[in-house]
Amino acid sequence: MIHALTFYLFALVGVLSAVMVVLNRNPVHGVLWLILAFFNAAGLFVLMGAEFIAMLVVVVYVGAVAVLFLFVVMMLDINFLGLREGFLKYMPFGAALAVILAVEVVILFLDWTLAGEAMALRAAPIPDVSQVSNTEALGNLIYTQYVYLFQVSGLLLLVAMVGAIVLTHRTSPSVRRQRIADQVHRRREQVLDVKSVRSRGGI
Amino acid sequence: MWDIGLTHYLTVAAILFTVGVFGIFANKKNVVVIMMSIELMLLAVSINMVAFSTALQDMVGQVFTLFILTVAAAEAGIGLAIVVVFFRNRGTIEVEDINRLKG
Repeated sequence: MIHALTFYLFALVGVLSAVMVVLNRNPVHGVLWLILAFFNAAGLFVLMGAEFIAMLVVVVYVGAVAVLFLFVVMMLDINFLGLREGFLKYMPFGAALAVILAVEVVILFLDWTLAGEAMALRAAPIPDVSQVSNTEALGNLIYTQYVYLFQVSGLLLLVAMVGAIVLTHRTSPSVRRQRIADQVHRRREQVLDVKSVRSRGGI
Repeated sequence: MWDIGLTHYLTVAAILFTVGVFGIFANKKNVVVIMMSIELMLLAVSINMVAFSTALQDMVGQVFTLFILTVAAAEAGIGLAIVVVFFRNRGTIEVEDINRLKG
């Protein structure tokens, strides 16, 4: 009962905030609705017993991705009302497509069964939660069997970081930066001039 | 109704995915909203993965959800960087104006 009520709460608020992301006039409000949708998805993950993924969604999606969206939306000086112009024109087409997709998926749900041997083919059955916690079970997998994929995903993030910096970085001529090579190449003769100063005379 | 199972979670994920698809078509001009819709679709896929992981009691679904999350973060970072660079060059982020490559 409590499980069902919590599920319906998270599902309803999540779907409604997703709809608000799409229909919103102001993209800043859209990002805030997106954050609410992510939080509710995290709640659904907790209900499903995937606590680590839930915390990851909160940290990565809300803490990094949504904030990145917020920064970009606020930094770009765009007339967002002009971007809404085609909304009513494209909405019937988009709505028709979405309804078709939803009906197809629901038809799929109505008649499907798990293959008989599916349970026997499981790669890594979830251990008893009272013995091994969700995070520990996940760690036992990604650091052993999936360690190469784990490393590759780290590499992917590195490449994404380097790519984003290379794309957005620009050098402005007004900024004076330190040039180590020039400093090392300075000779004493170029910058120092030894003069003999007459006593009590000054230069 | 009060017995929540796999189908309930799959339905939520399907609705979220559909909303994401609708967002891409309805906001044909604004790249940022299109990227937010893509994030919604990726979230729906993650919910699907975890739902099946729980239903089958198989941990691998959650492992791959982790990788989906990584790819989504990388995609958002690169995509927004491209949007920023494009805005610097053209002063707009309308999808119809993105035709410099004459593809």
